[in-house]
Amino acid sequence: MEFIKDIWNFLKERKKYWLIPIIIVLLLVGILIIFGGSSSVAPFVYTLF
Amino acid sequence: MFILGISAYYHDSAACIVYNDEIIAAAHEERFSRKKQDAGFPHNAVKYCLNEAGLNISDITAVVYYEKPFLKFERLLESYYHFAPFGLVSFIKSIPVWIREKLFIKDELYSQLKKIGPFDKKNLKLYFSEHHLSHAASAYYPSGFGSAAILTLDGMGEWASASIAHGKEGNIKIIKELHYPNSLGLLYSAFTYFLGFVVNSGEYKLMGLAPYGIDKSSQTEEYKKIIRNKIVNIRPDGSIKLEMKYFDFATGLKMIKTKKWEKLFGIQKRLPSDPILQEHCNLALAIQQITEEIVMNMATEAKNLTGEKNLCLAGGVALNCVANSVILKSNLFKKIFIQPAAGDAGGAVGAALAFAYMNQKIQFSVSGNDRMKGAFLGPEFSNNDILKTLRKYNADYTFFDNNNELFEYTAGQIAAGKVIGWFRGRMEYGPRALGNRSIIADARNSEMQKKLNLKIKFREGFRPFAPSVLSEDSKEYFDIDVSSPYMLYTAPVSNSIRNKLPENYNELELMTKLYTQRSEIPAITHCDFSARLQTVHQETNPDYHSLIAKFKELTGTGIIVNTSFNVRGEPIVCNPDDAFRCFMRTEMDILIMQNYVLLKENQHFDPKHFKEQFKPD
Repeated sequence: MEFIKDIWNFLKERKKYWLIPIIIVLLLVGILIIFGGSSSVAPFVYTLF
Repeated sequence: MFILGISAYYHDSAACIVYNDEIIAAAHEERFSRKKQDAGFPHNAVKYCLNEAGLNISDITAVVYYEKPFLKFERLLESYYHFAPFGLVSFIKSIPVWIREKLFIKDELYSQLKKIGPFDKKNLKLYFSEHHLSHAASAYYPSGFGSAAILTLDGMGEWASASIAHGKEGNIKIIKELHYPNSLGLLYSAFTYFLGFVVNSGEYKLMGLAPYGIDKSSQTEEYKKIIRNKIVNIRPDGSIKLEMKYFDFATGLKMIKTKKWEKLFGIQKRLPSDPILQEHCNLALAIQQITEEIVMNMATEAKNLTGEKNLCLAGGVALNCVANSVILKSNLFKKIFIQPAAGDAGGAVGAALAFAYMNQKIQFSVSGNDRMKGAFLGPEFSNNDILKTLRKYNADYTFFDNNNELFEYTAGQIAAGKVIGWFRGRMEYGPRALGNRSIIADARNSEMQKKLNLKIKFREGFRPFAPSVLSEDSKEYFDIDVSSPYMLYTAPVSNSIRNKLPENYNELELMTKLYTQRSEIPAITHCDFSARLQTVHQETNPDYHSLIAKFKELTGTGIIVNTSFNVRGEPIVCNPDDAFRCFMRTEMDILIMQNYVLLKENQHFDPKHFKEQFKPD
């Protein structure tokens, strides 16, 4: 939560709201990559692509 | 108020502890971990700093990281967006690293600090300084100047690669910045890469190679013309614009587009194992001279924008002592201070000091004196600590209980042509050994440069060595009017001690040129009669000063060779164990650690036992 708050404050201060979708997509992909590495989640990841 | 400054996760991690305005301790992580330019979290350096200050991690008021990762991430995303669809491979490689480590830097730093000791997160605040503000603060606050122009130059910070700032009454105001992808540091690194040296560590080799180039020769002039017309647009206000079609760092995984460079300069990219030819030297000279021109433009702009008489310099490019000397000689500024740890490691000190003065508003006073304590901010080992190491190795040693006798003995051995490992006092902060972790030898000895390069340091034969000279005698040997305690200036060797060069000197091959005896102190006289000198001061390093003074009493020469105590690819030694091992795997004759003296001939070891492999840099 603290991370989301920090990055929101950062984007607000820098007025770089257009980066929000990019960051969200990257974080989602990142989460998939990280969790995709573990065997229990991997099958669900493969069905997505 | 104790502040912990940290620089990490790029290259050259370091930590420091500041108590109000005093730097208590500072050290590079590589010295402890023995990994050259260690980029990891500086656990060992933090532990050392806490220990030196007598603190636990919970006693720290604030931790300050040397840059702003979110701002860097913003630059990364925007530049990939700008260059898209090019740079996809680089994007795919770098983004996971960011998502895993760098983006969650706050959690990462807290979890690493937890490994050092327990603390309450609510009481240990974490702050982030800007990269170039950290550099600027690392030079301005320890300079002792009340007000000064500040120039910072490096490869890349968040967005800025260079900045001009104004330091006044304890505040720093950034006035002008040069932004990514335009960067003098990256331009210099690109040539470092093209000439076969390693980026981020081989830049000083390129600087050392440049004087072998033939000044004003048609080839050097042609190279300069190509650089100016095709690669970089140099503007009179100090800014530059790189022609990105020749560079690969923004979208690819290399520094340059090699094929295009080969076509442009008409020479192949040099591989590390390739011989060094005159054309390589001429190209090195060309980029060095262009760098000096850009640095001088930036310094002039800093002067124009601030109107100050003093200049502070920091950032990796400020380690280019030849360029620094150009500013010095121009007399543009009355006084210049250069942070000895000018690279990213120095950001730890700068971040902590910027927080102390600009956030906590501690009292700013003008001392007029350099506050870096001679850069002797690292760990020190007592005779007792050293004895433990000597017992561990069952080494043969002699103990001198009188310092005066020790210095007299050491001076005699230097004069007799011996190469000595000199380990004494607190370790240096910054990339230079300044007489506490040094290999020392006789500068008058005509064979010494060859011996040191090939048998002791195992490094490229062309590389020059630096002299340590008594500060009061510096003008006798060098054409310089200021002190140079941190080896950050070069100066010409005085005419009175120069030898006449053969008429065909410029046509000689590199190695023949190298071994031409150019002066009465040949081991430290570079092929263009310059030397990267260190002036040794009684106030900051009394023992080292006394040693050189003894050498002068004995020989009439108040100058010795000083090179860092390590071999190629190895970080400078930190503790007695590192020093002993380094001593045993080289052809060094004598090791002196505090008051213990070890002669190589009396040690009974198989040197193979100490052969550690360090990746050549």
